[in-house]
Amino acid sequence: MTLLSIRDLTVHHGQLRAVDGLGLELERGEVLAIIGANGAGKSTLLRALAGLNLPTSGSVHFAGRDITRLPAHRRVAAGIALVPEGRRLFRSLTVEENLLTGAYRKRPGPWTLARVYELFPWMPGRRTQNAAQLSGGEQQSVAIGRALLSNPDLLLIDELSLGLAPVIVRRVYEVLPGIVGAGTTALLVEQDVAQAMRVADRVHCLLEGRSVLQGRPRDLTAEQVEHAYFGIGPVREGRD
Amino acid sequence: MGWLNAVVQGLLLGGLYALFATGLSLMFGVMRIVNLAHGDLAVVASFLALALVGGTGLPLWIVLVVTVPLFAVLGYLTQRVLLQRSLSAGPLATLLVTFGLSIVLQNVLLELFSADTRTLDGGSFATGSFELSGSISVGYLALATFLLACAALIGIQAFLSRTGLGRMLRASSDDRETASLMGADSRHVYGVATAIAFATVALAGLMFAMRSSFDPSIGPSRLIFAFEAVVIGGLGSLWGTLLGGMVLGVTQSLGAQIDPALTLLAGHLVFLAVLAFRPQGLLAGRTA
Amino acid sequence: MTISETLTGRAAAALRVSRAGRSSKVSAVVMAAGAALLAALPFLVFSTVTDTLVNLFVLIALASMWNLLAGFGGLVSVGQQAYIGIGAYTVIALADLGVQPYLAVPLAALTCAVFAVPTSWLAFRLRGDYFAVGTWVIAEVYRLVVVRIDSVGGGSGKGLTGLSGIDQTLRGALTYWVALALALATIAGCYLLLRGRLGLSLMAVRDEETAAGAAGIDVGRAKRLVYLVAAAGCGAAGGVITISSLSVNPDSIFSVQWSAYMIFIVVIGGIGFIEGPLLGALIFFGLQQLLADYGSWYLVLLGAVGIAVALWLPGGLWGLVRGRTGLSLFPVGYLVRRPDGG
Repeated sequence: MTLLSIRDLTVHHGQLRAVDGLGLELERGEVLAIIGANGAGKSTLLRALAGLNLPTSGSVHFAGRDITRLPAHRRVAAGIALVPEGRRLFRSLTVEENLLTGAYRKRPGPWTLARVYELFPWMPGRRTQNAAQLSGGEQQSVAIGRALLSNPDLLLIDELSLGLAPVIVRRVYEVLPGIVGAGTTALLVEQDVAQAMRVADRVHCLLEGRSVLQGRPRDLTAEQVEHAYFGIGPVREGRD
Repeated sequence: MGWLNAVVQGLLLGGLYALFATGLSLMFGVMRIVNLAHGDLAVVASFLALALVGGTGLPLWIVLVVTVPLFAVLGYLTQRVLLQRSLSAGPLATLLVTFGLSIVLQNVLLELFSADTRTLDGGSFATGSFELSGSISVGYLALATFLLACAALIGIQAFLSRTGLGRMLRASSDDRETASLMGADSRHVYGVATAIAFATVALAGLMFAMRSSFDPSIGPSRLIFAFEAVVIGGLGSLWGTLLGGMVLGVTQSLGAQIDPALTLLAGHLVFLAVLAFRPQGLLAGRTA
Repeated sequence: MTISETLTGRAAAALRVSRAGRSSKVSAVVMAAGAALLAALPFLVFSTVTDTLVNLFVLIALASMWNLLAGFGGLVSVGQQAYIGIGAYTVIALADLGVQPYLAVPLAALTCAVFAVPTSWLAFRLRGDYFAVGTWVIAEVYRLVVVRIDSVGGGSGKGLTGLSGIDQTLRGALTYWVALALALATIAGCYLLLRGRLGLSLMAVRDEETAAGAAGIDVGRAKRLVYLVAAAGCGAAGGVITISSLSVNPDSIFSVQWSAYMIFIVVIGGIGFIEGPLLGALIFFGLQQLLADYGSWYLVLLGAVGIAVALWLPGGLWGLVRGRTGLSLFPVGYLVRRPDGG
């Protein structure tokens, strides 16, 4: 069942056309990874889905509802949560308080504070610590937990690997199957192509705001991905 | 010896200054707005209470209980209607709008009530006192004010740390955009912050009006006390604001002991000293 | 020739960069004529007119200084009355020492610049909006200190000595010329200051402070210079106010009302343009004359209009005019055109 449907979406970042006529569909329960070089429009796309950058044209339909121009603060209630680039934890709040901000809208669902603490066993011991004192990987986990507490149908993760050591990144991504298994669909933007290919059911490669390659990781060759990523050579769609 | 008495009086006064400062600090923390009309709001509250007492004949304490929540509502509306617009109108807009508001309020009050000084008659409660020890007498009003101020501060602190909305207020002051990702409508959050600010400054203004006289032009001096308390105590902490208020109160009180004309100057000089040698304030640093 | 020389040479040939458009050149002539006419006024009209104009010139000078501070320097001060007061009292004190009051005005400006040095060190420790309130507190401190000095009148103020021997009409004319010179000097001063390197630095800082600092602009120094100049200008204005009213009163000369006037004149006239304070002062002046019988309501109107302009017309009235017509009387920017006039 199609959860998210993006049609001909154009989003400007200042004067730059960061997302240019993008089309994309996301099925319920799958993990879709968006890859692409810097400036390809990946983060702008996520921000548009989260309501932080309103699109110039095109449409976004979520669970059958047109949310293109829905303000950011109403998207949580609609079932969309964003784990922002750079974690963006609240610096004057503790770990637990940060998590609880996610539950502000009290959306019903399987995720509770206790369940998030099960997902990240190290967290309960640090719950009263100030969020700013955590390491990058720990902050990333808290950011994910915070988004989960809003019981989203769609979880958007922006550049999880940014600023983190690969081994930490791998460890954080290990929780993803558990999240998806509990009923959340995930759309992630990832700089680390190999990591993205490892966790995703499907992959879209963006170049200059457009999707230039899409398919299942196992159906795409390294050469195809490379060409799409850098925009060189002929680009073909993978078998779907 | 009057010195010990002066210190006690100063500490009690400090609670009042802290109450004045809370609203200023909250609005700056959450919205990055320095409300230059902050002091004038306290004066408006005083005149409103005066008019209500005179017009309806209700006892003062009922008027107080009515005025404070009324100001909370006014605060919420002012934010949604006026200040919200100024937040998106450019870097100087909030300062200019609140300054304009200050001028408008002062002069409207001047036209409506004339420049005569008034007081709010607190009756025998306001003038009564008891002896703590040989040389220290504590006024009922001063003590009540201090306790009320502390209660308000504790209440606000509890609201900020224990409730979802309070947490969101703090989160919004850290990162407004991410707070909106959590579902917080910043207009509502700001409205609540402004409501609390208006309510506390109204309470502080009414308490002040009972212990000393007021006239339309004293708003700026109240703003300055609030501001100095915040700077001395340090930004980002309600307890810092209480400390700042008490330091200011004690300084003024001791200054008055030396020479009544030195009262204000003493406070200003301590403020400048803190600014010169410890600009982040005495209790600096953001705490959870 | 090196490659960079070739490239810059080619660029220079492809474009013409000038400071002034046609409108500015015409207006320069018109303004010079206007200034001459104003100078001749004491011979042409009654002294009541020139006395009233003194107030206008003082407002123009003060507003220009505030505009320099906030519009170009990014320093929103609500405490310039500190320097108005210091300037006023300097003239009083110097007159008591036998200095000719008219000559004391430039000295008042200098005194204020001196006081501004340590004051700026303190005030600059506050950022953004807190800086504004800090300047207000500092002005209060100056007032409270001055009020304790009995030799200049303490709390009740003092009269100005040294002008009593002069014939009243002549005194009125001399005061008028000093006020006119003040207004012209502040406008010219702003113009020359902002046309030069300081202007470019300030505009860079105003747009993007961190980048400006990274580009080598000494942000702190630029701001401090602006602060000192503004202090001097306000001090001179304070001196002229004293000469005009022949006395000083601490509560009124150190009153935040002056800041209110300055701020609203500039906001309504147009912040960040040299023409703004001129336009705003004329409007304010007109309002003041029109509503003279209505007590403080003109201030309420002023405040309300100021709020409205701050919310909906951030460039003020001059910004509106400039946006519609491209008119610029005091060009501090650069015009880039192709040689064919495109």
